[in-house]
Amino acid sequence: MREIWDILPGLGDKLAAHVVLSASAIGLAMLIALPLAVWASRSPVIARLSLSLASLVQTIPALALLALFFPLLLSLRSVFGEGLPTLGFLPALMALTLYALLPILRNAVTAQANLDPGVLEAADGVGMTRWQKLALVEAPLSAPFIMAGIRTASVWTIGAATLATTIGQPSLGDPIFAGLQTQNWALVVAGCLVSAGLALVADWLLWWVERGIDERKRWKWAAALMAVVAGVTGALASQAEGKDRDTIIIAAKQFSEQYILAQLIGQRLEAAGYRVEYRDGLGSAVVHSAVASSSIDISVDYTGTIWTNYLKRTDNPGREAMYRTIRDWEMRENGVRVLGRLGFENAYAFAMRQDRAAALGVTSLADLTAKAPRLTIGGDPEFFERPEWIAVRDAYGLGFGRSRNFAPTFMYNALQSGEADVISAYTSDGRIAADKLVVLEDPEGALPSYDAMLMLSPRIAGDKGVIAALQPLIGAISVEAMREANLAVDREDAQKQTPKQAAEELARKAGL
Amino acid sequence: METPPPLLRFDGVTCRFGEVTAVGGVSCDIAAGSFVALVGASGSGKSTLLKTVNTLVTPSAGRVLFGGEAVTALPPARLRRRVGYVFQGIGLFPHFSVAENIAIGPRLAGEKLPPERIAELLALVELDPAYARRMPDALSGGQRQRVGVARALAGGPELLIMDEPFGALDPLTRDALGRKVRELHETLGLTTVMVTHDMAEALLLADRVLVMDRGALVADETPHALLAGAGGAVAQRLASVPREQAERLAALEGLGEGPR
Ligand SMILES: Nc1ncnc2c1ncn2[C@@H]1O[C@H](COP(=O)(O)OP(=O)(O)O)[C@@H](O)[C@H]1O
Ligand SMILES: [Mg+2]
Repeated sequence: MREIWDILPGLGDKLAAHVVLSASAIGLAMLIALPLAVWASRSPVIARLSLSLASLVQTIPALALLALFFPLLLSLRSVFGEGLPTLGFLPALMALTLYALLPILRNAVTAQANLDPGVLEAADGVGMTRWQKLALVEAPLSAPFIMAGIRTASVWTIGAATLATTIGQPSLGDPIFAGLQTQNWALVVAGCLVSAGLALVADWLLWWVERGIDERKRWKWAAALMAVVAGVTGALASQAEGKDRDTIIIAAKQFSEQYILAQLIGQRLEAAGYRVEYRDGLGSAVVHSAVASSSIDISVDYTGTIWTNYLKRTDNPGREAMYRTIRDWEMRENGVRVLGRLGFENAYAFAMRQDRAAALGVTSLADLTAKAPRLTIGGDPEFFERPEWIAVRDAYGLGFGRSRNFAPTFMYNALQSGEADVISAYTSDGRIAADKLVVLEDPEGALPSYDAMLMLSPRIAGDKGVIAALQPLIGAISVEAMREANLAVDREDAQKQTPKQAAEELARKAGL
Repeated sequence: METPPPLLRFDGVTCRFGEVTAVGGVSCDIAAGSFVALVGASGSGKSTLLKTVNTLVTPSAGRVLFGGEAVTALPPARLRRRVGYVFQGIGLFPHFSVAENIAIGPRLAGEKLPPERIAELLALVELDPAYARRMPDALSGGQRQRVGVARALAGGPELLIMDEPFGALDPLTRDALGRKVRELHETLGLTTVMVTHDMAEALLLADRVLVMDRGALVADETPHALLAGAGGAVAQRLASVPREQAERLAALEGLGEGPR
């Protein structure tokens, strides 16, 4: 409990970003939904069409909707030029706006449809024009219902905005994702508390606006509205300061190692006098393009990931050749500078519990071929789509009885509890040592290498100060040191460390 | 002696809604100062014909002349100030106070009604000036329709058109309000057209009764003539209802406490 209180004051920035994002999305959704509702009230076709489209959007999971805007904006760059941001605020705003559309639109359309026809006839009868009718009768009589829709939209949007973290937009999702990843529950709870609190406050203020309009008490809705405006303005003001692009932005994908390395990089840059910002919890798929487009400046990526996902290669020329090909390709195609390899690999591997492996007599992937149909394999959500898995599956003819998806951190728990017999593991993962797991051999060499590389965006690719500050990291981190740091963050006992502490310790051990 | 030109003239008015012919070629003149009741079964086209007067409905054929000019040629805002309209559904704006409801017509024309004028209009329909600040939901049905009448009179109209104005009211209120409107008709020198499906009301209030049947005007008689048997089958069927009721009531009176 104490920990949570300690975390809360540090979330001010995230809260402000969250408020600005949510308010912008709701504001934009209103700008779209309200005129659309007016149009819909005059055309049943538009009413049906717009409502079905808005409902369709709701059936897309928010996480997927957010992720979909990345490729969309990327393709729109051919129209709007390279300056179009593909990550961060813009896609988050667009996705959340679409998401907020339905409740506002539905309530506005329903309110219009339920207006007393006698009153509408009276409006015509006393000689109102269309616009006078809209402004003097339809809008005021629909307002309480529309406000109720806006309230619903606000609560949804504030909740869904936590997912903006995954596309590089700071929000209250940052502590939630970081906490989930590093099993820092205080962080998760703090993030959830603040975001739930924000939703409650917004709901309550908008409820006052709604009541005020309904009871025709101007002071009531004006006061509540002013509180909303003040909150958003305050958030905006606190966001506006220090927004110059001197800041170096460091990415971290959604696993502990990435959080630690981001901190390690950040600490070195800060020591060299740079201001840094972290984009934690990014979806793995967006990081590469984010660096290529300089939306983000520094990331740590892995040779095998780039090899299969971006070079679209399925062959395996060996560790050195693969690295050199990637380094040249990145510079040539994207202007991204691969500064070098950190020294360890975070390759895919297959791990089993010692006792289980011994009982089944399995030491290598080849031994699994005959046993697989009776076993369950666990992998992270993207694993079973990856070419590595397909390569291994085909090389050894593996047909598992069942395959299940787990978040990376929970895979080890699943192995311990017997919910999975074999899991896809990562060679740098601290829990391989901690849980005394057996890493299965790969006699066919089906798994490519996964050297961790330091990637610099085109924007800072030639920055001598940055390069000088980061050069010492190259080749400095052994797989044992990385495993230890990962374990320190993932463990749940008294020796648990934050990514920041683990990064400091890692720097010390590496002699930096 | 020359007859004065009619204030309102329907000239072959026809209104079609797709397949439905709501009004089929109605022609008739309404003299200034007359109180005309328009009677007919539900769906016979009364409301549609009435709405052609203030152009809420535009005829598919024929025309409506108001003071000699085609209503469609007049600016709608000006026209609707000269024609007061009382609705069947009353149609007070629930988010406006009584005063705001009454003042809406002039307000749309850019004129602000002073409180004295509101009080005067309320007095015309026998409501206390204190009602000006009330909201419609704090009024009884009869009071609401009084406000509806005051609203129709606010612009100082020459013509008052009413579409089943008392349909939703209880018999006592209905009777009182009917008399009040007739009285206002006299004192303000109005021309009034009132749609009703109640022949008794038409006979008691109007100088002249028009009967519509399936979009056509089938009778145009004075109340006296109708009671005497003129106007044709449809009109007589409508007139027979109040006549028989009156006879039965008279018979009941003659029998004292009745047969039991
Ligand atoms: N706006 C409209 N659209 C289609 N049909 C209509 C419309 N207004 C009236 N009608 C039809 O015209 C006929 C006459 O209607 P109305 O004038 O309201 O009759 P009344 O007032 O005598 O009951 C009815 O059959 C009605 O359904
Ligand atoms: Mg009618």
